[in-house]
Amino acid sequence: MFPVLLFYIFSLAIIASALMVIFSKQPINSVLFLIFSFINAAGIFLLAGAEFLALIMVIVYVGAVAVLFLFVIMMLDFNPDTIKKEVGKHLYVGLFIGFILFLEIILMMYSPELFSYEYQIVGNTVKTSLTNTEILGNLIYTEYFLQFQISGFILLVAMIGAIVLTLRHRDYVRRQIVSDQVARDPKLSIELVDIKLKIRK
Amino acid sequence: MTLFFINYALPLIFIFFQSALVLVAVLLMAYFGIYADRKIWAAVQLRKGPNVVGPFGLLQSAADLLKLLFKEIIIPEKANKMIFVLGPIVTCFVALSSWAVIPFSEGWVVADINVGILYIFAVSSLGVYGIIMGGWASNSKYPFMGAMRSAAQMVSYEVSIGFVIITVLLCVGSLNLSEIVYAQEGLWFIFPLFPMFIIFFISALAETNRPPFDLPEAEAELVAGYQTEYSSALFMLYFLGELAATFLMCAMTTILFLGGWLPPLDILPFTIVPGVVWFFLKMAFIFFLFSMVKALVPRYRYDQLMRLGWKVFLPISLFYVILTSSFLLFFDIAP
Amino acid sequence: MPSILQDYLPIVIFMSLCMFITLLLILPPLLIAPKNPDPEKLSPYECGFEPFDDARSKFDIRFYLVAILFIIFDLEVAFLFPWALVFGDIGLFGFFSMMLFLGILTIGFIYEWKKGALEWD
Repeated sequence: MFPVLLFYIFSLAIIASALMVIFSKQPINSVLFLIFSFINAAGIFLLAGAEFLALIMVIVYVGAVAVLFLFVIMMLDFNPDTIKKEVGKHLYVGLFIGFILFLEIILMMYSPELFSYEYQIVGNTVKTSLTNTEILGNLIYTEYFLQFQISGFILLVAMIGAIVLTLRHRDYVRRQIVSDQVARDPKLSIELVDIKLKIRK
Repeated sequence: MTLFFINYALPLIFIFFQSALVLVAVLLMAYFGIYADRKIWAAVQLRKGPNVVGPFGLLQSAADLLKLLFKEIIIPEKANKMIFVLGPIVTCFVALSSWAVIPFSEGWVVADINVGILYIFAVSSLGVYGIIMGGWASNSKYPFMGAMRSAAQMVSYEVSIGFVIITVLLCVGSLNLSEIVYAQEGLWFIFPLFPMFIIFFISALAETNRPPFDLPEAEAELVAGYQTEYSSALFMLYFLGELAATFLMCAMTTILFLGGWLPPLDILPFTIVPGVVWFFLKMAFIFFLFSMVKALVPRYRYDQLMRLGWKVFLPISLFYVILTSSFLLFFDIAP
Repeated sequence: MPSILQDYLPIVIFMSLCMFITLLLILPPLLIAPKNPDPEKLSPYECGFEPFDDARSKFDIRFYLVAILFIIFDLEVAFLFPWALVFGDIGLFGFFSMMLFLGILTIGFIYEWKKGALEWD
């Protein structure tokens, strides 16, 4: 009874805050609502007994991804009017993609065998003394070796992509080169000169 | 009815008092932390430090508290009011709530969850929000720049903290903080993992914006950084959050490297002393080191800070993860 | 009630207590403290000047790059957590599987180092 109630609270909060992400006027509020919905999603993971996933959800999505969003939103000067214009331009594409996603969810619910048979595993509780994280760990690196390496490649692509897209060097900047500083030799950089002083009378 | 009381209400009341006790301990630590910090700093500079209010100036922090509590809250006109107030609240709330999983002694822990260290890692990664929100909402130049600096700095050092935690976990085989302490019976991790201890210590300084990494509030350049526009209780919440986070880092160092509540040697004079005393002694020692660093080391420049985080600590800690795991595998001593 | 909820109940209670304390500390200045704002007091601090323009200017793109790189390394750490936990059980294969993963990401790290993405200017 109690978990069910919690589930409805969390999922209602997710849906409500997701709607607020779209409809709030200020971009900054959108991001804050997005963070709120991430936290509620973590709550749902927790209800399902997946404590590792719940905390990783907080670490990765709230602690890292949303920080980036916040950076972007705060640092770019958004003009609400331009946003409206842009939205109007891409409205049909967005609606189309949304419709496809919606269709997929419907298919997933009513004929899951179209996608894979793994849905049959869901609902079979495994009785074991291992914790959630240990079970995951035992599977990811051995059983799902290929998927694991592919995710590594995806991260590599993301890293390279980020650098290619955003890295601009300014050539007038003078940098500190520590090895040069350390390698400096007093003999080469300091010259001792004997100066003969004439004493004027 | 009695059954309901015993089964549900009693544990709840018990947990409530436990939590209250931990929070009172944290607030007391913050209270004496400021005092100790100022005294140590003064001693290094051959000054007296706070010595007017109360005996030895012990009531100085109370005086400051009262002063801050009864001042006017100023919210700048152009600020985003809602987020301006939310910023310090988030900082303080996040810093305090990480303490829920810290074991002060054997079994002395509010929530003994399986994934304690992940919880701390997750909650402390939220600390950056309070600062970004405060700095942005102020709508003033210095807070904004301070917030940006702070966000990039905290984010950079979190990576190496993550790798250091992984190295310790490799030697433990559990994410539970009490288990991490139990694994150090016999040998504290500071000895085999000494380089990691150093990296964790310095990253902890950077993560909590302590000197020499206090660039977000470098007063010579940025007035008071992200706190510039804050006054009264809101300012105090930032201060309290920062102190609670600093002490959390002390507690984490104690748990990860200094054997938590375990006595230094498992022989008679040491074992009589209760574990919680050892825990607080070790924390106080780490905090003393933090204060000494504040007194002795000049502030870093921002490019040096980023270089240290990304080019020194990240490769070294990643290398140490690989080294530790190979070592454990080679000698077949993985837990 | 599932046991996991019982484990996390103390955290919920603890967090609400934290929230309570935090809000309690804001209360006295709201109730007792004087309130007499004037335009000078409420203007943003700028060393005695009137602020020239909006403080939220465009910022160096380098901060975004730091944030993106942080996400990637944070994910790497997230993958390492369960690995460190079960390191003793998954044996040699698990070890080399992770080494390959770290190797791939180290290539990226070296690339970004050589490109100068870690320089701050």
